[in-house]
Amino acid sequence: MTAGAAVPLAALDLRPAPGAAPPGRMLLAQTATEIRLTLRRGESVLLTLIIPLALLFFFDGVGALPADAGRPIDFLVPGLLALAIMSTAFTGQAIATGFERSYGVLKLLGASPLPRWVLLAGKTLAVLAVEVLQVLLLLIAGGLLGWHPHGSFGWVVLLLVLGTVAFSGLGLLMAGTLRAEATLAAANGVYLVLLMLGGIVFPLSNLPGWAEAIAKVLPTAALAGGLRSVLRDGSGVPAADLGILAAWAVVSLTLAARTFRWE
Amino acid sequence: MAEVLAVEIEGLVKTYRRRSAPPVTAVGGLSFQVPTGSVTALLGPNGAGKTTTVEICEGFRRADSGVVRVLGLDPARCGTALHPRVGVMLQAGGVYPGARAGEMLRLVAAHHRDPLDPDALLGRLGLVDAARTVYRRLSGGQRQRLALAIAVIGRPDLVFLDEPTAGLDVQARRATWELIEELRTSGVTVLLTTHAMDEAERLSDQVVIVDHGRVVAAGSPAELTHGGAEGQLRFRAPGGLDVDRLLLALPDGTVAREMPLGHYLIAGEVDPQLLAAVTAWCASNGVMAQDLRVEQRSLEDVFVELTGSELRP
Repeated sequence: MTAGAAVPLAALDLRPAPGAAPPGRMLLAQTATEIRLTLRRGESVLLTLIIPLALLFFFDGVGALPADAGRPIDFLVPGLLALAIMSTAFTGQAIATGFERSYGVLKLLGASPLPRWVLLAGKTLAVLAVEVLQVLLLLIAGGLLGWHPHGSFGWVVLLLVLGTVAFSGLGLLMAGTLRAEATLAAANGVYLVLLMLGGIVFPLSNLPGWAEAIAKVLPTAALAGGLRSVLRDGSGVPAADLGILAAWAVVSLTLAARTFRWE
Repeated sequence: MAEVLAVEIEGLVKTYRRRSAPPVTAVGGLSFQVPTGSVTALLGPNGAGKTTTVEICEGFRRADSGVVRVLGLDPARCGTALHPRVGVMLQAGGVYPGARAGEMLRLVAAHHRDPLDPDALLGRLGLVDAARTVYRRLSGGQRQRLALAIAVIGRPDLVFLDEPTAGLDVQARRATWELIEELRTSGVTVLLTTHAMDEAERLSDQVVIVDHGRVVAAGSPAELTHGGAEGQLRFRAPGGLDVDRLLLALPDGTVAREMPLGHYLIAGEVDPQLLAAVTAWCASNGVMAQDLRVEQRSLEDVFVELTGSELRP
Protein backbone atom coordinates (compact mmCIF):
# COMPACT_ATOMS: atom_id res chain seq x y z
CA MET A 1 0.00 0.00 0.00
CA THR A 2 1.41 3.38 -0.95
CA ALA A 3 1.45 6.24 1.50
CA GLY A 4 -1.09 8.27 -0.41
CA ALA A 5 -3.61 5.51 -1.05
CA ALA A 6 -6.90 5.78 0.75
CA VAL A 7 -7.00 3.23 3.54
CA PRO A 8 -10.19 1.21 3.31
CA LEU A 9 -12.03 1.53 6.57
CA ALA A 10 -12.77 -1.95 7.77
CA ALA A 11 -15.86 -2.17 9.89
CA LEU A 12 -14.97 -2.32 13.55
CA ASP A 13 -17.33 -3.99 15.95
CA LEU A 14 -16.81 -1.77 18.95
CA ARG A 15 -19.66 -3.25 20.97
CA PRO A 16 -18.36 -4.21 24.41
CA ALA A 17 -17.02 -7.75 24.68
CA PRO A 18 -14.58 -7.41 27.56
CA GLY A 19 -12.59 -10.21 29.10
CA ALA A 20 -9.05 -11.24 29.94
CA ALA A 21 -7.18 -13.63 27.69
CA PRO A 22 -6.10 -16.98 29.18
CA PRO A 23 -2.86 -16.47 31.19
CA GLY A 24 -0.96 -18.84 28.88
CA ARG A 25 -1.67 -16.68 25.84
CA MET A 26 -0.67 -13.53 27.72
CA LEU A 27 2.55 -15.16 28.94
CA LEU A 28 3.46 -16.26 25.43
CA ALA A 29 2.84 -12.77 24.01
CA GLN A 30 4.79 -11.06 26.82
CA THR A 31 7.73 -13.42 26.54
CA ALA A 32 7.93 -13.17 22.75
CA THR A 33 7.75 -9.37 22.91
CA GLU A 34 10.43 -9.13 25.60
CA ILE A 35 12.79 -11.40 23.62
CA ARG A 36 12.25 -9.45 20.40
CA LEU A 37 12.81 -6.11 22.14
CA THR A 38 15.99 -7.37 23.83
CA LEU A 39 17.49 -8.69 20.61
CA ARG A 40 16.52 -5.48 18.77
CA ARG A 41 18.49 -3.24 21.15
CA GLY A 42 21.97 -2.92 19.72
CA GLU A 43 23.61 -2.10 23.05
CA SER A 44 21.96 -5.08 24.66
CA VAL A 45 23.24 -7.47 21.96
CA LEU A 46 26.71 -5.97 22.39
CA LEU A 47 26.54 -6.35 26.16
CA THR A 48 25.05 -9.83 26.33
CA LEU A 49 26.37 -11.64 23.26
CA ILE A 50 29.41 -9.89 21.85
CA ILE A 51 31.39 -8.71 24.90
CA PRO A 52 31.56 -12.14 26.64
CA LEU A 53 32.69 -13.79 23.38
CA ALA A 54 35.20 -11.04 22.64
CA LEU A 55 36.68 -11.29 26.15
CA LEU A 56 36.92 -15.08 25.80
CA PHE A 57 38.90 -14.91 22.55
CA PHE A 58 41.01 -11.95 23.72
CA PHE A 59 42.08 -13.29 27.11
CA ASP A 60 42.56 -16.81 25.75
CA GLY A 61 44.81 -15.33 23.07
CA VAL A 62 46.97 -13.00 25.19
CA GLY A 63 47.63 -15.52 27.97
CA ALA A 64 47.46 -12.92 30.75
CA LEU A 65 46.70 -15.46 33.47
CA PRO A 66 49.22 -16.57 36.11
CA ALA A 67 50.84 -19.92 35.40
CA ASP A 68 49.29 -21.63 38.44
CA ALA A 69 45.75 -20.93 37.19
CA GLY A 70 45.86 -23.89 34.81
CA ARG A 71 44.87 -23.68 31.15
CA PRO A 72 43.46 -20.20 30.39
CA ILE A 73 40.43 -21.61 28.57
CA ASP A 74 39.42 -23.69 31.62
CA PHE A 75 39.56 -20.56 33.74
CA LEU A 76 37.85 -18.27 31.23
CA VAL A 77 34.77 -20.24 30.10
CA PRO A 78 33.18 -20.48 33.59
CA GLY A 79 34.03 -16.81 34.29
CA LEU A 80 32.49 -15.61 31.06
CA LEU A 81 29.38 -17.75 31.62
CA ALA A 82 29.01 -15.84 34.90
CA LEU A 83 29.53 -12.52 33.08
CA ALA A 84 26.91 -13.49 30.49
CA ILE A 85 24.35 -14.25 33.22
CA MET A 86 25.13 -10.97 34.98
CA SER A 87 24.89 -8.91 31.79
CA THR A 88 21.46 -10.28 30.88
CA ALA A 89 19.77 -10.80 34.24
CA PHE A 90 21.21 -7.71 35.93
CA THR A 91 22.54 -5.03 33.59
CA GLY A 92 20.26 -5.51 30.60
CA GLN A 93 17.18 -6.12 32.70
CA ALA A 94 17.82 -3.14 35.01
CA ILE A 95 18.28 -0.71 32.11
CA ALA A 96 15.30 -1.97 30.11
CA THR A 97 12.98 -2.07 33.13
CA GLY A 98 14.11 1.40 34.23
CA PHE A 99 13.16 2.88 30.88
CA GLU A 100 9.90 0.93 30.77
CA ARG A 101 9.03 2.45 34.12
CA SER A 102 9.90 5.99 33.00
CA TYR A 103 7.95 5.56 29.74
CA GLY A 104 4.87 4.52 31.74
CA VAL A 105 4.85 1.00 30.22
CA LEU A 106 4.55 -0.67 33.59
CA LYS A 107 1.83 1.80 34.58
CA LEU A 108 -0.24 1.08 31.48
CA LEU A 109 0.27 -2.68 31.67
CA GLY A 110 -0.76 -2.42 35.34
CA ALA A 111 -4.18 -1.23 34.14
CA SER A 112 -4.52 -3.95 31.50
CA PRO A 113 -5.86 -7.44 32.28
CA LEU A 114 -2.24 -8.65 32.44
CA PRO A 115 -1.56 -9.96 35.98
CA ARG A 116 1.72 -8.78 37.48
CA TRP A 117 2.97 -12.31 37.86
CA VAL A 118 2.57 -12.85 34.11
CA LEU A 119 4.48 -9.64 33.41
CA LEU A 120 7.33 -10.76 35.69
CA ALA A 121 7.22 -14.34 34.44
CA GLY A 122 7.44 -13.06 30.86
CA LYS A 123 10.52 -11.02 31.76
CA THR A 124 12.10 -14.02 33.48
CA LEU A 125 11.42 -16.38 30.57
CA ALA A 126 12.86 -13.83 28.14
CA VAL A 127 15.99 -13.52 30.29
CA LEU A 128 16.32 -17.31 30.39
CA ALA A 129 15.87 -17.57 26.61
CA VAL A 130 18.62 -15.02 25.98
CA GLU A 131 20.83 -16.82 28.50
CA VAL A 132 20.36 -20.13 26.68
CA LEU A 133 21.57 -18.41 23.52
CA GLN A 134 24.55 -16.90 25.37
CA VAL A 135 25.52 -20.20 27.00
CA LEU A 136 25.31 -22.04 23.68
CA LEU A 137 27.51 -19.46 21.96
CA LEU A 138 30.09 -19.57 24.78
CA LEU A 139 30.13 -23.38 24.83
CA ILE A 140 30.61 -23.50 21.05
CA ALA A 141 33.37 -20.87 21.21
CA GLY A 142 35.00 -22.71 24.12
CA GLY A 143 34.85 -25.95 22.16
CA LEU A 144 36.56 -24.26 19.22
CA LEU A 145 39.31 -23.16 21.60
CA GLY A 146 39.82 -26.68 22.91
CA TRP A 147 37.79 -26.49 26.13
CA HIS A 148 36.35 -29.63 27.80
CA PRO A 149 33.83 -29.38 30.65
CA HIS A 150 33.98 -31.54 33.78
CA GLY A 151 31.69 -32.13 36.69
CA SER A 152 27.95 -32.47 37.01
CA PHE A 153 25.62 -30.79 34.54
CA GLY A 154 22.96 -30.47 37.28
CA TRP A 155 25.10 -28.29 39.54
CA VAL A 156 25.96 -26.05 36.61
CA VAL A 157 22.29 -25.51 35.80
CA LEU A 158 21.47 -24.87 39.46
CA LEU A 159 24.26 -22.28 39.69
CA LEU A 160 23.11 -20.56 36.51
CA VAL A 161 19.47 -20.43 37.65
CA LEU A 162 20.30 -19.22 41.16
CA GLY A 163 22.66 -16.63 39.70
CA THR A 164 19.90 -15.48 37.37
CA VAL A 165 17.48 -15.08 40.27
CA ALA A 166 20.01 -13.13 42.37
CA PHE A 167 20.98 -10.81 39.50
CA SER A 168 17.37 -10.30 38.46
CA GLY A 169 16.54 -9.28 42.01
CA LEU A 170 19.39 -6.76 42.02
CA GLY A 171 18.43 -5.43 38.60
CA LEU A 172 14.76 -4.99 39.52
CA LEU A 173 15.73 -3.43 42.86
CA MET A 174 17.74 -0.81 40.99
CA ALA A 175 15.18 -0.25 38.20
CA GLY A 176 12.30 0.00 40.63
CA THR A 177 13.82 2.70 42.81
CA LEU A 178 16.18 4.87 40.72
CA ARG A 179 15.33 7.14 37.80
CA ALA A 180 15.89 5.55 34.39
CA GLU A 181 19.00 7.66 33.63
CA ALA A 182 20.49 6.89 37.05
CA THR A 183 19.75 3.19 36.51
CA LEU A 184 21.51 3.31 33.14
CA ALA A 185 24.65 4.81 34.70
CA ALA A 186 24.61 2.69 37.86
CA ALA A 187 23.92 -0.60 36.08
CA ASN A 188 26.83 -0.05 33.72
CA GLY A 189 29.07 1.06 36.59
CA VAL A 190 28.22 -1.99 38.69
CA TYR A 191 28.76 -4.21 35.63
CA LEU A 192 32.27 -2.84 35.20
CA VAL A 193 33.14 -3.16 38.91
CA LEU A 194 31.81 -6.72 39.10
CA LEU A 195 33.63 -7.62 35.87
CA MET A 196 36.87 -6.60 37.56
CA LEU A 197 36.08 -7.87 41.07
CA GLY A 198 34.26 -11.00 39.94
CA GLY A 199 37.10 -13.38 39.21
CA ILE A 200 35.98 -13.44 35.61
CA VAL A 201 39.05 -12.82 33.49
CA PHE A 202 41.70 -12.98 36.24
CA PRO A 203 41.73 -14.77 39.59
CA LEU A 204 40.60 -13.05 42.78
CA SER A 205 44.00 -13.90 44.29
CA ASN A 206 45.50 -11.17 42.06
CA LEU A 207 43.58 -8.57 44.09
CA PRO A 208 44.87 -6.97 47.31
CA GLY A 209 43.81 -9.00 50.36
CA TRP A 210 41.03 -6.66 51.50
CA ALA A 211 39.56 -6.43 48.01
CA GLU A 212 39.68 -10.20 47.64
CA ALA A 213 37.77 -10.58 50.92
CA ILE A 214 35.01 -8.29 49.70
CA ALA A 215 34.94 -9.73 46.18
CA LYS A 216 34.46 -13.28 47.45
CA VAL A 217 30.99 -12.55 48.81
CA LEU A 218 29.80 -10.66 45.73
CA PRO A 219 27.40 -12.63 43.52
CA THR A 220 29.60 -12.52 40.43
CA ALA A 221 32.57 -14.13 42.16
CA ALA A 222 30.30 -16.71 43.77
CA LEU A 223 28.79 -17.64 40.39
CA ALA A 224 32.13 -17.64 38.56
CA GLY A 225 33.83 -19.52 41.41
CA GLY A 226 31.07 -22.09 41.68
CA LEU A 227 31.00 -22.73 37.92
CA ARG A 228 34.77 -23.00 37.86
CA SER A 229 34.90 -25.47 40.74
CA VAL A 230 32.46 -27.74 38.89
CA LEU A 231 33.45 -27.25 35.27
CA ARG A 232 37.23 -27.04 35.71
CA ASP A 233 37.93 -28.95 38.91
CA GLY A 234 35.07 -31.44 38.67
CA SER A 235 34.13 -30.72 42.32
CA GLY A 236 30.87 -31.91 43.86
CA VAL A 237 28.41 -29.58 45.57
CA PRO A 238 29.58 -25.96 45.31
CA ALA A 239 27.86 -25.35 48.65
CA ALA A 240 29.48 -22.07 49.71
CA ASP A 241 28.88 -20.43 46.34
CA LEU A 242 25.29 -21.68 46.16
CA GLY A 243 24.78 -20.30 49.68
CA ILE A 244 26.11 -16.86 48.75
CA LEU A 245 23.94 -16.73 45.62
CA ALA A 246 20.87 -17.85 47.55
CA ALA A 247 21.47 -15.13 50.14
CA TRP A 248 21.77 -12.46 47.43
CA ALA A 249 18.62 -13.82 45.78
CA VAL A 250 16.55 -13.68 48.96
CA VAL A 251 17.77 -10.24 50.04
CA SER A 252 17.53 -8.59 46.62
CA LEU A 253 14.12 -10.00 45.71
CA THR A 254 12.68 -9.13 49.13
CA LEU A 255 13.96 -5.56 48.88
CA ALA A 256 12.83 -5.27 45.25
CA ALA A 257 9.34 -6.51 46.08
CA ARG A 258 9.09 -4.00 48.94
CA THR A 259 10.46 -0.94 47.14
CA PHE A 260 9.49 -1.42 43.49
CA ARG A 261 7.47 1.52 42.19
CA TRP A 262 5.53 0.75 39.04
CA GLU A 263 5.51 4.36 37.81
CA MET B 1 -24.04 -4.17 31.82
CA ALA B 2 -26.33 -3.93 34.78
CA GLU B 3 -25.29 -0.61 36.29
CA VAL B 4 -27.19 2.52 35.37
CA LEU B 5 -24.18 4.60 36.31
CA ALA B 6 -20.82 3.62 34.85
CA VAL B 7 -18.95 6.01 37.15
CA GLU B 8 -20.13 7.51 40.41
CA ILE B 9 -18.01 10.01 42.31
CA GLU B 10 -19.14 11.53 45.57
CA GLY B 11 -17.14 14.01 47.64
CA LEU B 12 -13.77 13.00 46.18
CA VAL B 13 -10.74 14.60 47.87
CA LYS B 14 -7.10 14.13 46.91
CA THR B 15 -4.21 16.11 48.36
CA TYR B 16 -0.63 15.71 47.23
CA ARG B 17 1.87 16.04 50.07
CA ARG B 18 5.27 17.15 48.91
CA ARG B 19 8.55 17.09 50.73
CA SER B 20 9.69 20.69 50.49
CA ALA B 21 6.52 22.56 49.63
CA PRO B 22 3.05 23.04 51.07
CA PRO B 23 0.54 20.31 50.23
CA VAL B 24 -1.61 20.84 47.13
CA THR B 25 -5.25 19.87 47.09
CA ALA B 26 -5.75 18.66 43.52
CA VAL B 27 -9.33 17.57 44.05
CA GLY B 28 -11.40 19.14 46.80
CA GLY B 29 -14.80 17.53 47.17
CA LEU B 30 -15.71 16.56 43.62
CA SER B 31 -18.99 14.84 42.76
CA PHE B 32 -20.44 13.80 39.44
CA GLN B 33 -21.88 10.78 37.67
CA VAL B 34 -21.38 9.19 34.28
CA PRO B 35 -24.48 7.39 32.99
CA THR B 36 -23.84 4.10 31.23
CA GLY B 37 -23.56 4.48 27.48
CA SER B 38 -22.94 8.23 27.57
CA VAL B 39 -20.00 10.38 26.61
CA THR B 40 -19.00 12.68 29.47
CA ALA B 41 -16.34 15.36 29.13
CA LEU B 42 -14.43 16.64 32.11
CA LEU B 43 -13.63 20.16 31.00
CA GLY B 44 -11.31 22.41 32.92
CA PRO B 45 -8.20 24.57 32.78
CA ASN B 46 -4.74 23.12 33.41
CA GLY B 47 -4.35 21.96 36.97
CA ALA B 48 -8.08 21.75 37.59
CA GLY B 49 -7.81 18.18 38.87
CA LYS B 50 -9.05 16.35 35.75
CA THR B 51 -6.17 13.90 35.42
CA THR B 52 -6.08 13.20 39.15
CA THR B 53 -9.79 12.37 39.08
CA VAL B 54 -9.43 10.06 36.10
CA GLU B 55 -6.35 8.35 37.55
CA ILE B 56 -8.27 7.61 40.75
CA CYS B 57 -11.03 6.04 38.63
CA GLU B 58 -8.37 4.00 36.81
CA GLY B 59 -6.97 2.72 40.11
CA PHE B 60 -3.56 4.41 39.72
CA ARG B 61 -4.09 6.69 42.71
CA ARG B 62 -6.00 6.40 45.95
CA ALA B 63 -8.58 8.90 47.09
CA ASP B 64 -7.99 10.58 50.47
CA SER B 65 -11.72 10.58 51.06
CA GLY B 66 -14.96 10.30 49.18
CA VAL B 67 -16.61 7.47 47.33
CA VAL B 68 -15.62 6.32 43.85
CA ARG B 69 -17.47 3.53 42.04
CA VAL B 70 -16.47 2.38 38.58
CA LEU B 71 -18.93 -0.13 37.05
CA GLY B 72 -20.22 -0.50 40.59
CA LEU B 73 -16.81 -1.44 42.02
CA ASP B 74 -14.10 0.30 44.04
CA PRO B 75 -11.22 0.86 41.60
CA ALA B 76 -8.63 0.82 44.39
CA ARG B 77 -9.58 -2.74 45.40
CA CYS B 78 -11.16 -4.41 42.40
CA GLY B 79 -8.44 -4.00 39.77
CA THR B 80 -8.58 -7.61 38.62
CA ALA B 81 -12.31 -7.42 37.93
CA LEU B 82 -12.13 -3.96 36.35
CA HIS B 83 -9.02 -4.13 34.17
CA PRO B 84 -10.57 -6.31 31.43
CA ARG B 85 -13.67 -4.08 31.29
CA VAL B 86 -12.01 -0.65 31.36
CA GLY B 87 -9.86 0.84 28.58
CA VAL B 88 -7.26 3.39 29.61
CA MET B 89 -5.59 6.07 27.49
CA LEU B 90 -2.79 7.78 29.34
CA GLN B 91 -1.90 11.39 28.63
CA ALA B 92 1.58 10.28 27.56
CA GLY B 93 3.68 7.15 27.26
CA GLY B 94 2.67 3.64 28.17
CA VAL B 95 4.52 1.93 25.32
CA TYR B 96 7.89 0.12 25.27
CA PRO B 97 10.21 2.72 23.71
CA GLY B 98 11.68 0.11 21.36
CA ALA B 99 8.38 -1.52 20.35
CA ARG B 100 6.81 -0.91 16.96
CA ALA B 101 3.33 0.59 16.97
CA GLY B 102 1.69 -2.49 15.45
CA GLU B 103 3.65 -4.83 17.69
CA MET B 104 2.50 -3.00 20.83
CA LEU B 105 -1.12 -3.01 19.74
CA ARG B 106 -0.97 -6.75 19.01
CA LEU B 107 0.60 -7.33 22.43
CA VAL B 108 -2.23 -5.53 24.22
CA ALA B 109 -4.75 -7.33 22.01
CA ALA B 110 -3.27 -10.62 23.24
CA HIS B 111 -4.20 -9.63 26.82
CA HIS B 112 -7.91 -9.66 25.91
CA ARG B 113 -10.34 -12.46 25.21
CA ASP B 114 -12.10 -11.04 22.17
CA PRO B 115 -10.13 -8.03 20.92
CA LEU B 116 -10.64 -5.88 17.84
CA ASP B 117 -8.53 -6.67 14.78
CA PRO B 118 -5.34 -4.63 15.38
CA ASP B 119 -4.79 -3.97 11.67
CA ALA B 120 -8.32 -2.71 11.14
CA LEU B 121 -7.96 -0.40 14.13
CA LEU B 122 -4.59 0.90 12.87
CA GLY B 123 -6.25 1.58 9.53
CA ARG B 124 -9.12 3.41 11.11
CA LEU B 125 -6.76 5.71 13.00
CA GLY B 126 -4.46 6.35 10.06
CA LEU B 127 -1.57 4.42 11.59
CA VAL B 128 -0.98 1.85 8.85
CA ASP B 129 2.18 3.57 7.65
CA ALA B 130 3.42 3.96 11.24
CA ALA B 131 2.75 0.33 12.20
CA ARG B 132 6.39 -0.69 11.75
CA THR B 133 7.88 2.43 13.33
CA VAL B 134 9.29 2.12 16.84
CA TYR B 135 7.52 4.17 19.50
CA ARG B 136 10.51 6.45 20.13
CA ARG B 137 10.34 7.66 16.52
CA LEU B 138 6.57 8.20 16.31
CA SER B 139 5.34 11.80 16.14
CA GLY B 140 3.32 13.19 19.02
CA GLY B 141 0.09 12.77 17.09
CA GLN B 142 0.88 9.17 16.15
CA ARG B 143 1.61 8.37 19.80
CA GLN B 144 -1.73 9.86 20.81
CA ARG B 145 -3.61 7.75 18.29
CA LEU B 146 -1.73 4.61 19.30
CA ALA B 147 -2.66 5.29 22.94
CA LEU B 148 -6.31 5.60 21.89
CA ALA B 149 -6.09 2.34 19.95
CA ILE B 150 -4.61 0.61 23.00
CA ALA B 151 -7.51 1.89 25.12
CA VAL B 152 -10.20 0.44 22.87
CA ILE B 153 -8.57 -2.72 21.46
CA GLY B 154 -9.98 -4.96 24.22
CA ARG B 155 -13.62 -4.00 23.49
CA PRO B 156 -14.18 -2.50 26.95
CA ASP B 157 -17.45 -1.44 28.56
CA LEU B 158 -15.93 1.87 29.63
CA VAL B 159 -12.99 3.94 28.39
CA PHE B 160 -11.08 6.72 30.09
CA LEU B 161 -9.45 9.05 27.59
CA ASP B 162 -7.10 11.65 29.07
CA GLU B 163 -6.87 14.53 26.57
CA PRO B 164 -7.40 12.31 23.52
CA THR B 165 -6.88 15.06 20.94
CA ALA B 166 -4.23 17.27 22.57
CA GLY B 167 -1.69 18.20 19.91
CA LEU B 168 -3.44 16.44 17.01
CA ASP B 169 -3.77 17.92 13.54
CA VAL B 170 -7.21 18.46 12.05
CA GLN B 171 -7.46 15.11 10.24
CA ALA B 172 -6.29 13.08 13.23
CA ARG B 173 -8.68 14.99 15.46
CA ARG B 174 -11.58 14.19 13.15
CA ALA B 175 -10.60 10.49 13.08
CA THR B 176 -10.49 10.48 16.88
CA TRP B 177 -13.84 12.22 17.19
CA GLU B 178 -15.45 9.79 14.74
CA LEU B 179 -14.13 6.83 16.71
CA ILE B 180 -15.45 8.28 19.97
CA GLU B 181 -18.86 8.86 18.36
CA GLU B 182 -18.83 5.29 17.13
CA LEU B 183 -17.92 4.01 20.59
CA ARG B 184 -20.96 5.82 21.91
CA THR B 185 -23.34 4.36 19.33
CA SER B 186 -21.87 0.92 20.07
CA GLY B 187 -22.84 1.28 23.72
CA VAL B 188 -19.42 2.04 25.21
CA THR B 189 -19.32 4.57 28.03
CA VAL B 190 -16.68 7.26 27.54
CA LEU B 191 -15.19 9.62 30.12
CA LEU B 192 -12.74 12.02 28.50
CA THR B 193 -10.85 15.04 29.73
CA THR B 194 -10.24 18.03 27.54
CA HIS B 195 -9.70 21.71 27.57
CA ALA B 196 -11.02 22.05 24.05
CA MET B 197 -14.50 23.56 24.21
CA ASP B 198 -15.52 22.53 20.72
CA GLU B 199 -14.58 18.96 21.49
CA ALA B 200 -16.66 18.86 24.66
CA GLU B 201 -19.54 20.58 22.90
CA ARG B 202 -19.49 18.29 19.89
CA LEU B 203 -18.89 14.90 21.50
CA SER B 204 -20.50 14.92 24.91
CA ASP B 205 -23.87 14.08 26.27
CA GLN B 206 -22.71 15.66 29.49
CA VAL B 207 -20.07 18.26 30.23
CA VAL B 208 -18.68 18.55 33.75
CA ILE B 209 -16.76 21.79 34.17
CA VAL B 210 -14.09 21.38 36.83
CA ASP B 211 -11.96 24.08 38.38
CA HIS B 212 -9.72 24.09 41.44
CA GLY B 213 -10.71 20.49 42.09
CA ARG B 214 -14.43 21.14 42.22
CA VAL B 215 -17.36 20.86 39.83
CA VAL B 216 -18.47 24.36 38.89
CA ALA B 217 -21.16 23.32 36.43
CA ALA B 218 -22.54 20.18 34.85
CA GLY B 219 -25.13 19.45 32.22
CA SER B 220 -25.59 18.81 28.55
CA PRO B 221 -23.83 21.29 26.25
CA ALA B 222 -27.26 22.76 25.40
CA GLU B 223 -28.21 23.16 29.07
CA LEU B 224 -24.92 24.84 29.83
CA THR B 225 -25.00 27.26 26.93
CA HIS B 226 -28.67 28.14 27.29
CA GLY B 227 -28.85 27.96 31.05
CA GLY B 228 -29.44 31.35 32.68
CA ALA B 229 -29.20 33.43 29.54
CA GLU B 230 -30.68 32.82 26.12
CA GLY B 231 -28.04 34.88 24.49
CA GLN B 232 -25.97 37.97 24.86
CA LEU B 233 -25.39 41.37 23.39
CA ARG B 234 -22.01 43.00 23.00
CA PHE B 235 -21.07 46.52 21.99
CA ARG B 236 -18.24 48.99 22.21
CA ALA B 237 -18.64 52.49 23.60
CA PRO B 238 -16.59 55.00 25.59
CA GLY B 239 -15.33 53.48 28.83
CA GLY B 240 -16.91 54.09 32.22
CA LEU B 241 -20.62 54.15 31.34
CA ASP B 242 -22.85 53.74 34.38
CA VAL B 243 -23.81 50.09 33.91
CA ASP B 244 -26.14 50.14 36.93
CA ARG B 245 -28.21 52.93 35.44
CA LEU B 246 -28.32 51.08 32.13
CA LEU B 247 -29.65 48.01 33.93
CA LEU B 248 -32.53 50.06 35.36
CA ALA B 249 -33.72 50.53 31.81
CA LEU B 250 -33.61 46.82 31.03
CA PRO B 251 -35.91 43.91 31.99
CA ASP B 252 -35.36 42.11 35.29
CA GLY B 253 -32.89 39.23 35.14
CA THR B 254 -30.64 40.95 32.66
CA VAL B 255 -26.99 41.34 33.61
CA ALA B 256 -24.57 43.88 32.23
CA ARG B 257 -20.91 44.50 32.75
CA GLU B 258 -17.99 46.34 31.26
CA MET B 259 -14.99 44.14 30.58
CA PRO B 260 -12.47 45.18 29.45
CA LEU B 261 -12.77 48.98 29.51
CA GLY B 262 -15.07 50.18 26.73
CA HIS B 263 -16.46 46.71 25.95
CA TYR B 264 -19.93 46.01 27.25
CA LEU B 265 -21.69 42.68 27.64
CA ILE B 266 -25.37 42.30 28.31
CA ALA B 267 -26.70 38.82 28.97
CA GLY B 268 -30.31 37.85 29.29
CA GLU B 269 -33.26 37.07 27.11
CA VAL B 270 -32.15 38.83 23.96
CA ASP B 271 -35.24 39.91 22.04
CA PRO B 272 -36.10 42.98 19.92
CA GLN B 273 -37.35 44.81 23.03
CA LEU B 274 -34.03 44.36 24.81
CA LEU B 275 -32.14 45.55 21.74
CA ALA B 276 -34.41 48.58 21.48
CA ALA B 277 -34.05 49.33 25.20
CA VAL B 278 -30.27 49.27 25.01
CA THR B 279 -30.03 51.48 21.94
CA ALA B 280 -32.66 53.87 23.35
CA TRP B 281 -30.70 54.20 26.60
CA CYS B 282 -27.51 54.88 24.62
CA ALA B 283 -29.26 57.48 22.48
CA SER B 284 -30.75 59.29 25.46
CA ASN B 285 -27.29 59.41 27.08
CA GLY B 286 -25.51 60.62 23.95
CA VAL B 287 -23.53 57.40 23.67
CA MET B 288 -22.53 56.04 20.26
CA ALA B 289 -22.63 52.24 20.50
CA GLN B 290 -20.38 50.52 17.98
CA ASP B 291 -20.02 46.93 16.82
CA LEU B 292 -23.31 46.03 18.43
CA ARG B 293 -23.95 42.34 17.98
CA VAL B 294 -26.17 39.59 19.28
CA GLU B 295 -24.52 36.27 20.15
CA GLN B 296 -25.43 32.88 21.41
CA ARG B 297 -23.33 31.92 24.39
CA SER B 298 -20.77 29.39 23.41
CA LEU B 299 -19.49 26.77 25.82
CA GLU B 300 -16.33 28.83 25.91
CA ASP B 301 -18.27 31.83 27.24
CA VAL B 302 -19.79 29.66 29.96
CA PHE B 303 -16.40 28.22 30.73
CA VAL B 304 -14.61 31.56 31.03
CA GLU B 305 -17.51 32.96 33.00
CA LEU B 306 -17.23 30.10 35.49
CA THR B 307 -13.49 29.68 35.70
CA GLY B 308 -12.30 33.24 35.21
CA SER B 309 -10.01 34.55 32.55
CA GLU B 310 -6.65 34.63 34.29
CA LEU B 311 -3.93 32.40 32.92
CA ARG B 312 -3.11 29.15 34.71
CA PRO B 313 0.37 27.91 35.38
